[in-house]
Amino acid sequence: MLIIQHKKTIDLIKDLAEKHGRQRNALIPILQDIRDKCGQISDFAMQAVAEELKIEPTEVYGVATFYAFLGVQPRGRYVIRLCRTLSCDMAGKDDVARQLENDLGITFGETTKDGLFTLEWANCMGVCDQGPALLVNEDLYTQVTPEKVGEILDSLRCPA
Amino acid sequence: MAIIKESIRNQITFSQIPFGEGLKKGVQLTPEELIKVVRDSNIRGRGGAGFPTGMKWSFTAAAKGDKKYVVCNADEGEPGTFKDRVIFSNWAKLVFEGMALAGYAIGADEGIIYLRGEYTFLRKELEKQLEEERAAGLLGQNVAGKEGFSFDIHVHMGSGAYVCGEETALLEALEGHRGEARNRPPFPATCGYLGKPTVVNNVETFAWIASILVKGADWFKGLGTEKSAGLKLFSVSGDVERPGVYEFPFGITVEQLLKEVGGEGAKAVQIGGASGHCVPASNFNRAIAYEDVATGGSIMVIGPQRSMLDVLENFMEFFADESCGQCVPCRIGNSKLLEGVRMLQEGECTSKYLNELCKLAETMQIASKCGLGQSSPTAFLDIVKYFRRELFSGQAF
Ligand SMILES: Cc1cc2nc3c(=O)[nH]c(=O)nc-3n(C[C@H](O)[C@H](O)[C@H](O)COP(=O)(O)O)c2cc1C
Ligand code: SF4
Repeated sequence: MLIIQHKKTIDLIKDLAEKHGRQRNALIPILQDIRDKCGQISDFAMQAVAEELKIEPTEVYGVATFYAFLGVQPRGRYVIRLCRTLSCDMAGKDDVARQLENDLGITFGETTKDGLFTLEWANCMGVCDQGPALLVNEDLYTQVTPEKVGEILDSLRCPA
Repeated sequence: MAIIKESIRNQITFSQIPFGEGLKKGVQLTPEELIKVVRDSNIRGRGGAGFPTGMKWSFTAAAKGDKKYVVCNADEGEPGTFKDRVIFSNWAKLVFEGMALAGYAIGADEGIIYLRGEYTFLRKELEKQLEEERAAGLLGQNVAGKEGFSFDIHVHMGSGAYVCGEETALLEALEGHRGEARNRPPFPATCGYLGKPTVVNNVETFAWIASILVKGADWFKGLGTEKSAGLKLFSVSGDVERPGVYEFPFGITVEQLLKEVGGEGAKAVQIGGASGHCVPASNFNRAIAYEDVATGGSIMVIGPQRSMLDVLENFMEFFADESCGQCVPCRIGNSKLLEGVRMLQEGECTSKYLNELCKLAETMQIASKCGLGQSSPTAFLDIVKYFRRELFSGQAF
């Protein structure tokens, strides 16, 4: 099983290297694609990328851990990021945060047991006039209130 | 899917500029003449630092290199700014044209948009519009009918790091490294992306250049103040009745601006984002311009009910989180300032220690390697200066 999994990862990385190239500047686009396709950048994937681009695995690790939207820890299918910057803070992000924690049964930085949701803080997301703002994977929700949280989570659990 | 409401609040010049016209006019000039128009307009960069754009372009044009690049800084991470998002959502083609004009001026054939990861939802539409520009002959070979001038643009996604808005950290990120700021000099104008001469400009700067080509350098120069020419987009948020994006000339006072946006009665306004200045009500007669209170466009209005300690804690948490960790004054300094704010919140900070923290803040301003660490203590120093009583009593005044 593990061998099949590893083979799949290697194939994926070879494909990505074909697509983005094998220069150093292809590293981040490759890691972004691995994150989107696998939900995580695993140790094995980092080794394989290093081999493919002919750089040290520590270099790959250094880059993967630098960026908030990469990272090496496993994440859920939906990564929910709540903006904590001043304008969203003043617009009431604390109430939204509490409701998210209550409804998901986890705290910030954690992933639900079913692997569906990860809850994280984010810094300014560029919709300061319509806070509190929430990013779910690539989708942005604005003017989120605690009473809307349940609705949003339901729509993610069972997409229409 | 992104559920965002329209943010535009007043008449914005970009709506009057027909797409394509600025670029077509620009390539009729020689590169030298084009740079002269940019210089004559007196435009300074709209990303915050305010470097004269004409000068930046002429340095890059003069730099030797077999290959040059134009980079559009769309990292827009400064707390409280969202005008670049609004520009891309409404007038992306003006940005593309500004980039092509930069390419023509400096002799580059490749442009890169560094788009922050948070704005991934914009990517598809941007790529569609780039395709339309190619179909219209405004990108690709012989751009805008100019024989021999090729220029194309691609989008590169960021991955969530505020420091990557700093231009040399941005270049590191583009090259596939950790987004750690470089030593300067050399400046990107001579040694930028992959070591080649590179122009890095803000989204808004490019859109203004395309507009200047249509409306003329004198038109632009005639607006704003002598040292801060032209119009500027402002991202207004916080305790106001009408938050959103506004266009105002440079030189507008804080008071006038608050009246326009419905923010009278504020106790303070944070201008220029978390790294900018905190202006208390007693100073609302100050002008927003490079020579007075500078800004990349972020205006966060703080109402009378707010605690300045909470505001400060929010900013210091941000910087402690976003410091790239490369140099000591910024990495340790921001954590120490945050710790100090928490002591104040607990009512446990001595006057002597607060003074020491202010000295540390001043050291950070001079000893940090990049603009992040240099500007992160600004709000701390302002708030200590203007709101000392509130910091010690824990009560809003
Ligand atoms: C920490 C930090 C973050 C920055 N973020 C941005 C940004 O998001 N967008 C931007 O255009 N400039 C940003 N800048 C300024 C850039 O370094 C650079 O001055 C700018 O992109 C130049 O373009 P302009 O001259 O057109 O303003 C930042 C600077 C620092 C120090
Ligand atoms: S000032 Fe801060 S962000 Fe800039 S290089 Fe130093 S540690 Fe990094």
